[in-house]
Amino acid sequence: MDLTHSPADEEFRAEARAWLRAHVPPDPLPSLETAEGFAAHRMWEAELAADRWSVVNWPTAYGGRDATLVRWLLFEEEYWAAGAPGRVNQNGVSLLAPTLFEYGTREQRARVLPPMATGEVIWAQAWSEPEAGSDLASLRSRAVSTDGGWLLSGQKTWSSRAAFADRAFGLFRTAPDLPKPHQGLTYLMFDLRAPGVTVRPLARLDGKPAFAELFLDEVFVPDEDVIGEPGQGWRIAMSTAGNERGLMLRSPGRFLASADRLLNLWHTQGSPESARAGVADALIGARAYQLFTYAAASRFLDGESIGPESSLNKVFWSEYDIALHETALDLLAAEGEPADTDWSERYVFSLAGPLYAGTNEIQRDIIAERLLGLPKGRR
Amino acid sequence: MRFLLDAEQRALADSLDSMLTAADTPSVIREWSRGEHARGRALWSRIAETGVFALAVPEAYEGLGPRPVELAVAFMELGRHAVPGPLVETVTAAALLAGLPDPGPAKRLLPALAAGEAMATLAWTAPYALDGEAATTRLALTPRGLYLSPGHGPVRPSLDPARSLTPLDPGGELLSPDPPTAQALAYARLATAAQALGVGLALLDRTVTYVRQRTQFGAPVGSFQAVKHRLADAKIALEFARPLVLGAALTMTPADVAAAKVTACEAAYATARTALQLHGAIGYTAEYDLSLWLTKARALRNAWGSPDVCRADVLSGDRRW
Repeated sequence: MDLTHSPADEEFRAEARAWLRAHVPPDPLPSLETAEGFAAHRMWEAELAADRWSVVNWPTAYGGRDATLVRWLLFEEEYWAAGAPGRVNQNGVSLLAPTLFEYGTREQRARVLPPMATGEVIWAQAWSEPEAGSDLASLRSRAVSTDGGWLLSGQKTWSSRAAFADRAFGLFRTAPDLPKPHQGLTYLMFDLRAPGVTVRPLARLDGKPAFAELFLDEVFVPDEDVIGEPGQGWRIAMSTAGNERGLMLRSPGRFLASADRLLNLWHTQGSPESARAGVADALIGARAYQLFTYAAASRFLDGESIGPESSLNKVFWSEYDIALHETALDLLAAEGEPADTDWSERYVFSLAGPLYAGTNEIQRDIIAERLLGLPKGRR
Repeated sequence: MRFLLDAEQRALADSLDSMLTAADTPSVIREWSRGEHARGRALWSRIAETGVFALAVPEAYEGLGPRPVELAVAFMELGRHAVPGPLVETVTAAALLAGLPDPGPAKRLLPALAAGEAMATLAWTAPYALDGEAATTRLALTPRGLYLSPGHGPVRPSLDPARSLTPLDPGGELLSPDPPTAQALAYARLATAAQALGVGLALLDRTVTYVRQRTQFGAPVGSFQAVKHRLADAKIALEFARPLVLGAALTMTPADVAAAKVTACEAAYATARTALQLHGAIGYTAEYDLSLWLTKARALRNAWGSPDVCRADVLSGDRRW
C-alpha cells in the first residue's frame, strides 16, 4: 500500500502544471454548447496538442506522450485544478479512440487519431434512437452493403455534440432478422456533412444545442470506416464501454477541483451552517472517488480488467456531480438562478450525468446482477 | 503508487475470517450480551494470537506497531463477524498510553494489552465507557488529566445489546496531567470506521443471500428491480467507503480519518436500513442473527465522533487532497 508517486511521475506532474499555468485562458471560454464556444474550445484543443498535452496517454506516434494511467490521473488533477476548459472532443477521445486502439486497423488509427488529437476533427456519438434508449440493442438504423462500402439509413437521437461536430460513430444493423437483437450490428464511423445526413440540433434544458437528431438517408460509408468485423459491433461497443466508463470518462481531478471551488464559494458566502454538510460531503466524495480510482488503476496495472465495477463508478460520480452543484446553487441563493454563470452551466451539464453512458437504472441492474449475483428479472 | 493490499495483509484478513467463522461468533455475541463473558474472553485471546492488539502498540512496548493499515484490515474482519467487546477502546487506549510523555504507564500497561491478557476501555468523548464491567484496564480522560479509574458505575444497556455502557468511577491513579490525544482519536476513528465497514459488508452479504432464497409472487424477491436497486446503492456506498478507510490508514491525517469515519458509518447504517427492509419482519426480531449487525451499525455511527463532528473536522483545514 503506497499513495506516494515516484519522482519521475511528480516531475511529469510539475511539467504539466507549469505548462497549464502559462497557457490556461484567464477567463472561462464561452459555453461549448454554442457555436462560438465550440470554436473556441476547438482552438484550445489545438493549443494543447501543439505541446502534446491533448491526449497524454496515447502513443507518441498519434500525438500523445505514452503516459501511464497514473500519469494520466496526475495530468487530470493538474488540468482541472488549473481551471482549464472543458474538453470538446471527449466523445472521440474517451469512447472512439479506445475502440480504435483495441479493434481498429493500423490504417484507421493513423488516419483518425492525429486529427482527433488536434481537434481538427471533433466526434459526436450516434448510439440512441427514438425507439432504442436503454434497450440500445433494439436499434433499427440500417447499414446496407453496397459497392465498396455501406449505405446508412435511419434516425439517431440525443447525439451529444452533433450540432457542431464533424464526424460521428455508432452502431447500425447490417444483418436483420437474426434471433437476438444484439446480433448483426456493426460499428461504423461516418461524416456528419456527407450527402444524405440531416442534423437537427436539439436544445437541452437551458436552450443550448448540446445534442442533435441525425436523419440518415442512404449515406455512403466506405469499407475502411467499419471498425472490427461487420456483425461484431455490440461486443466491440460494450467492451470499451466497460473499460472506459470505469476509469476515463470522468477523472477524479475534475471533482477534486469542483469540490475546491465549492469550498471557496462557501467561504466567500460567509461559511453558512446550512451548507456545511453539503460542502463537507463534496470534499469527502472527491477524495473517495480519487482513492477508488487509484485502487482501480492499481488493479489495472496488475493486469486485471475493470469490468462491471465501472457501473459503481458511473452511478457514484453522476449523482455526486449533481449534489455538488445543487449545494452551490443553494449557497448562491437568488444568485443561483441566472443562467449566465459558470455554476449554472455546470449544474445543467451535471443533470445529464445519470442519463447518458447507460442510465443509472441500467447501471444498478448491472451491479445487482453481475457484482451481487442477483437473478435476472424484468427491466 | 500502488493502492492495493499486499499478500500478507490479505492473509491476515483471511486468517481472522476463518478463525471467527469457526468460532461460532454469533453465539459468543449472545452470551456477551447477557453479561456472560467467558467465551468472549477466550475469543479475545484467539484474536490477540493473530497480533491484532499488538498492531497499535509500538515495538518498544512489546507490540508490532504502529501498523494502522493492518489494523484497519483486521477491524474490517472484526466488524464483519460482529465481534463483541471493547475492541476499538483497547486500540485507542494503547495509542493514548504509547503517546504519553512519561513512558512509565506504557511500560507497565501496554505489554498486557498487546498480548490480549488485558482488555481496556476508556471514557473520553462520551460520558460512559464501553463494556466497563468486562474491561480490566479502565482509563478516564478528564479535564484534569488521564486517570486509571478504580472501577465502574451501573451498567446501562445500549441500542446494540452486545454493547454495555458504564460510567467510570472518578479518582484513581493520575497517569498524565496533559496527555496528547490527537493520535489516539485518529486510531479510535479509524478502527471504528473499519469495523463499521465490516458490519456493512456483512449486512449486504446476508441480505443478498436472503433475497436470492426468499420467494414471493412465484419469484425470488431479489429478481425485483426495487429490491436490486436498494442493494446496488448499498454496494456503491460500501465500495466507496472502503478506499477512504484504507487511505486514512495510510495517511492518518485527521481529515482523512474523519472522512473515513463518517462515510463508512453512514454506508453501514444505510445498509442496515436496507437489510432490515428487505428481510421484512424476520429482520425485526432479536432472535434472527441479522439483529447482531443491525444494532451495531446504529451504535458505531455516533461512537468516537458523530457524522456532524467528523464533517466539521474534514472542513477544518488540514486536508492534503
